[in-house]
Amino acid sequence: MKVDSIKQGIVLDHIKAGRSMELYHALGLDELDCCIAIIKNVRSEKMGRKDIIKIDADICIDLNVIGYIDPNITVNVIKDERLERKERVVAPRRLVNLVSCNNPRCITMTEQEIEQVFEICDDGVNYRCVYCEAVYAGKK
Amino acid sequence: MKHLIDIKDFTTEEIDDILLLAENIIEHPDDYSEVCRRKKLATLFFEPSTRTRLSFEAAMLELGGSVLGFSEAQSSSASKGESVSDTVKTVSCYADIIAMRHPKEGAPLLASQRSCVPIINAGDGGHNHPTQTLTDLLTLKRELGKLSGLTIGLCGDLKFGRTVHSLVSAMCNYEDIKLIFISPEELSLPAYVKSELAKHQNVSWRESGSMEEELPSLDAIYMTRVQRERFFNEEDYLRLKDSFILDMEKVGLMKEDAIIMHPLPRVNEISVKVDDDKRACYFRQVSNGKYVRMALIKTLLEVQ
Repeated sequence: MKVDSIKQGIVLDHIKAGRSMELYHALGLDELDCCIAIIKNVRSEKMGRKDIIKIDADICIDLNVIGYIDPNITVNVIKDERLERKERVVAPRRLVNLVSCNNPRCITMTEQEIEQVFEICDDGVNYRCVYCEAVYAGKK
Repeated sequence: MKHLIDIKDFTTEEIDDILLLAENIIEHPDDYSEVCRRKKLATLFFEPSTRTRLSFEAAMLELGGSVLGFSEAQSSSASKGESVSDTVKTVSCYADIIAMRHPKEGAPLLASQRSCVPIINAGDGGHNHPTQTLTDLLTLKRELGKLSGLTIGLCGDLKFGRTVHSLVSAMCNYEDIKLIFISPEELSLPAYVKSELAKHQNVSWRESGSMEEELPSLDAIYMTRVQRERFFNEEDYLRLKDSFILDMEKVGLMKEDAIIMHPLPRVNEISVKVDDDKRACYFRQVSNGKYVRMALIKTLLEVQ
């Protein structure tokens, strides 16, 4: 199968096989009207199988979202059909309105228009609600 | 402006200063009888309370200030659907400092983000209760003469027991502390409190299912009530509520100079007969609560 290279845009590489749709929705790519290719189960020497997303538009994407879903994803910025740079992705220290607290005793369950804020735990993987301290399992 | 939402908001030095001030107030109450004159404390209690609310109000009155507020959500605009944010923004126009109890965890933190006056967390769900912790620390200090080198057993509902979570966090500030957590498995200490403990090498801890085995080695046993209001399922409450009961037979296993603490209210986890034993200090603990809250109010209001 052949998918054309893009002229200007972003290629998200080394996505764990099967996670591309989650990333697609989390980044709000479903709301864009540009050309986007989601390539699933590509053979990979390093990962066995992986997913790739190609976005044919010069857009800003939220690296925190990518870092939360998988900090090992590679973000390649393409200009004039060439790799211009790779963006470094890390697990964000703080998540704002990316996940919701599911502790029924948390104030975020009842207070209107409150931001859902989580901070990373000492283990560097899980996140903790800043209000009730319930731990939300990070993406592994 | 400083708030007290979590005991971790205060450094060890700040906590020690409050304890020292509380002891000074106990020694010289007249010196402090006017320090909060013309200041107002609002007590916003969205959940029932006897000791905490009354001790806050007594504390402010003894400092020469005045109090306003409500003692249940039904007598506030919360019953009309008003948000915590709006309630706090409103009340902070009337009062100089606010003590808030709320059944939802994190409500006082939210209040502190919206308020223009200091907020004191007077208990949020099963989460934190930092002023009870200051009370507990003052009690340990006055009864045992020190806060380091102690072996403390915490017994009962350690999962929803907010006083336990805050006390554990505070004890991490002191040297050579041994904590023994005695509870049914379903009511054991939450993971986030254990991960906090793991950061401190000065504290050793373990979990136990037997009071009898642990009592002889303790300097203090901190009993807690299994809280019906924290359960979504009545059957679970009934099954667990009588898991650990301290009676005179068990008290006999304790050291002569050990102490028995309880944040109260008690249901039946401490036999009433224990009240007459000299080691039972939970009513002296209540008295300490007023003085430590006087010290806290004075400190947060920054009055001389």
